Amino acid sequence: MKVVNNYIKSIDGLGVMKGRKAFTDDFAEKDSLIVKVMRSPHPYARIISIDDEAAKRLEGIEMVLTHKDFKRIPFTRAGQGYPEPSPHDKFVLDEYVRYIGDEVLAVVGISDVICQKALDLIKVEYEVLEPVLDFEKAKDNSIIIHPEKEIHEMFDIGFKPERNIAASYGMEIGDVKKTLETCDYVVKETFYTQAQAHVMLEPHTVNARMDYQNRLVIYSATQTPFHVRRIISQGLEIPLAKIRVIKPRVGGGFGGKQAIHGEMLVAYVTYKTGKSAKMIYTRKEVFESSYSRHPMRIEMTLGADKNGRLKAINCEGLSDTGAYGEHALTVFMVTGSKVLPLYNKVESVRFAGEIVYTNHTPAGAFRGYGAIQGNFALESAVDILCKKMNMDPILFRQMNMMKEKETSPIFAIMGEGTAGTAMNMETCKLEECIERGMKLIGWNELYPRKETEDKIRSVGMAIAMQGSGIPYIDMGSATIKLNDDGFYNLMVGATEIGQGSDTVLTQIAAEELMTEVEKVVIYSSDTDLTPFDVGAYASSTTYVSGNAVLKAAKELKEKMVTEAARILGTKEEKIDFDGKIFINLENDSKISLVDLSNQITYSHEQKQLQVTSSYVGHKSPPPFMAGFVEIEIDKETYEIDILHYVSVVDCGTTINPMLAKGQVDGAIVQGLGMAHFEDVVYAKNGKLISNDMLNYKIPTRLDILKLTTVFVDSYEESGPFGAKSVGEIGIDTPPAALANAVDNALGIRIKTLPITSEKIFNEIRRKNNEK
Amino acid sequence: MMKINFKLNDQIVEITTDPNRRLLDLLREDFNLTGPKEGCGEGECGACAVLLNHEIVNSCCTPLANVIDQEIVTIEGFSKTKRYEVIKDAFAKMGGVQCGFCTPGMIIATESLLNKNPHPTDYEIKIGLSGNLCRCTGYNLIVEAVKEAAKAGEGIW
Repeated sequence: MKVVNNYIKSIDGLGVMKGRKAFTDDFAEKDSLIVKVMRSPHPYARIISIDDEAAKRLEGIEMVLTHKDFKRIPFTRAGQGYPEPSPHDKFVLDEYVRYIGDEVLAVVGISDVICQKALDLIKVEYEVLEPVLDFEKAKDNSIIIHPEKEIHEMFDIGFKPERNIAASYGMEIGDVKKTLETCDYVVKETFYTQAQAHVMLEPHTVNARMDYQNRLVIYSATQTPFHVRRIISQGLEIPLAKIRVIKPRVGGGFGGKQAIHGEMLVAYVTYKTGKSAKMIYTRKEVFESSYSRHPMRIEMTLGADKNGRLKAINCEGLSDTGAYGEHALTVFMVTGSKVLPLYNKVESVRFAGEIVYTNHTPAGAFRGYGAIQGNFALESAVDILCKKMNMDPILFRQMNMMKEKETSPIFAIMGEGTAGTAMNMETCKLEECIERGMKLIGWNELYPRKETEDKIRSVGMAIAMQGSGIPYIDMGSATIKLNDDGFYNLMVGATEIGQGSDTVLTQIAAEELMTEVEKVVIYSSDTDLTPFDVGAYASSTTYVSGNAVLKAAKELKEKMVTEAARILGTKEEKIDFDGKIFINLENDSKISLVDLSNQITYSHEQKQLQVTSSYVGHKSPPPFMAGFVEIEIDKETYEIDILHYVSVVDCGTTINPMLAKGQVDGAIVQGLGMAHFEDVVYAKNGKLISNDMLNYKIPTRLDILKLTTVFVDSYEESGPFGAKSVGEIGIDTPPAALANAVDNALGIRIKTLPITSEKIFNEIRRKNNEK
Repeated sequence: MMKINFKLNDQIVEITTDPNRRLLDLLREDFNLTGPKEGCGEGECGACAVLLNHEIVNSCCTPLANVIDQEIVTIEGFSKTKRYEVIKDAFAKMGGVQCGFCTPGMIIATESLLNKNPHPTDYEIKIGLSGNLCRCTGYNLIVEAVKEAAKAGEGIW
């Protein structure tokens, strides 16, 4: 391969570095009306009255929007395919506010300052209601968070709003209770994970204008332009054909931009007034009023025999979706479906639980999507079990984990919101990942710990899997067009959000067309101009959209060969093409691609050669990885230094090794953030205190010491040029690996994220008091 | 409203505006400079970084009154220099750019660092760039990029 799996610079880096117009707000019309939202000061309240007379009279104020301006059409902001597996439980504006930061009303004016003045003049009278802030007390609470009658599920997701349940799920293979009775060793542990924030650098941003054809044109920093178009159309009753959504460059998403945020209000204002409008979330709004990762309680029971065979897994979860149920069911299902198959030799396995409403900031999609939560619980519990059995945790994993060509019955049972798809692991290099990772971290020298006078050094590890798109649901498409002078346009619905998908998809096309990336000009994510793609989520772009690009390139090549055969007077099978020259093997006559493209454009039998192809996955081959962490803990303060993180990844072929490394490195650091740095703090009244970058600490450059990321040789037949996905897998291992390293150092098991010095100190004190 | 003079990307500019406005808004709205970006609006992320008399500042926290008669260089101005070419090549080569939202600020921070210290150690790079957050790369590739720039640009700082 000449282009794929080779060092190719990101195709779009240059203009971005220069600061050229690229991101959503760079394209806002200069005279855009500003849309500013009044946020609820109460965790739960009903709006009794709104006095906005003074605000409306303010010069420069165009309108004040309240729930009375909108027809009551429930929808979900989740940004998923249709019908969504998330409950339709949200209105553009509602008479109820359900968390501190929820939308009360919106003012629309000519500047930020005037909008702020208007907000200060508006008086809202509330009936303040008692909130549900403890997710463990939400189910069957006498306080009902969603009493409104119009809300509904699109199909059975276990939606029971009268019990504060947004969704529920359960499955069992074998009989877990019976198997556990036969086990020599059983551990049962409860883990808690926090509401991690995405903290993409570009806040949620949207702007809109009416174009000369009187169509609504929306620029949005979104991961899902086609879903955004559909949801706006349904929610505001604007014909789909009147809406165009353009996704310019996006400044990071991580799942946070899968959902729609300001789009509804801005679209409404522009459609109603005919004037351009825009909205940029403040950083505080991004924290308080978009969505976070689902916090969970996971109770993990493992049973093994005395030979170290894992026989049963029972996983019971409780997930907090906050005020609205975006991704409630599917994130929870992934906690089981992309975690538990890691140990596929069990006799029985059960996964069940509920996703409840609370009066907190909603939760939604976030890189890892449930898998990081489940991985923390399972991979921590495995080490706890090994300790109990006095067994080496690496040996235990090697004995019990998924291996190549094997499968798990879970794949067929659990999909995302629906039943799953059976598949064998055609590629699974976990054994090699572990072996190489042990060497790179120096496991045998460091395990379990090395002590000096004031420090303890230790190592910990975890294994993980993810998926590559959602089979039979996620669809990607690509159009490739041959131009005169022999270069190509590649139009994809796939959504570049900074992960490098434009580069990767260009490489796939260039490889198949045997040309350089410079000859393939990509344009992505414009609902008028590019073919449909579900968007950037579920680790689907390289595998699903990449396969669509590959298919389109193959088909275009066939069309070009047909033209060459016609011109050279032979049959297609007699034509040889090397990317530049077509040769008639019968008589060695030739025509170059440049000449062929010029001829069919201008002079003879003129036509446009263009192909559109789509791809829907029939399986979702998981990438796998082993993550190893080396830490140093101060004996006095319990301060943790993360010295080294080793990631050994099986993602199939790396289409672009540099970008793949960037994906894994970035995900590891984000995972370490969840494991150690990113504490989510609420005040007693439900107010998020960690609502800015000062109080919510993401890792900085100083916190990251050494990352080693390597890829093992692996070739997934069903993927484009052997590729699986790589966007999410990196985030899963850090929480469990760190928890295991802390236990190896101190004999202290932290089961609540993040793992901080304070928690270690308190746990040691608690243990000492017990003695 | 008041009349404000300052040097912006090598040109003397004069503008009549509210001196309480943020430099970031002036650059984006009045001068159409899209390089500096608002990531947080509170001086934490560094996406809006520009050079004020060759020193890095967060333009979201800089009131216009502070730039009167001073010199401001944004990424758009800096990108016309040889130093930019060196830093740009290093970032592209080492994969220091993912989404790119933090990148103009990161490049400004790199210039500010190398201007004072042309041969920084790993630790000095980390300190020098610690005011610029990135959520995509995991940072190591950016540290590598700064090292590469210092090496490739030997003698120009």
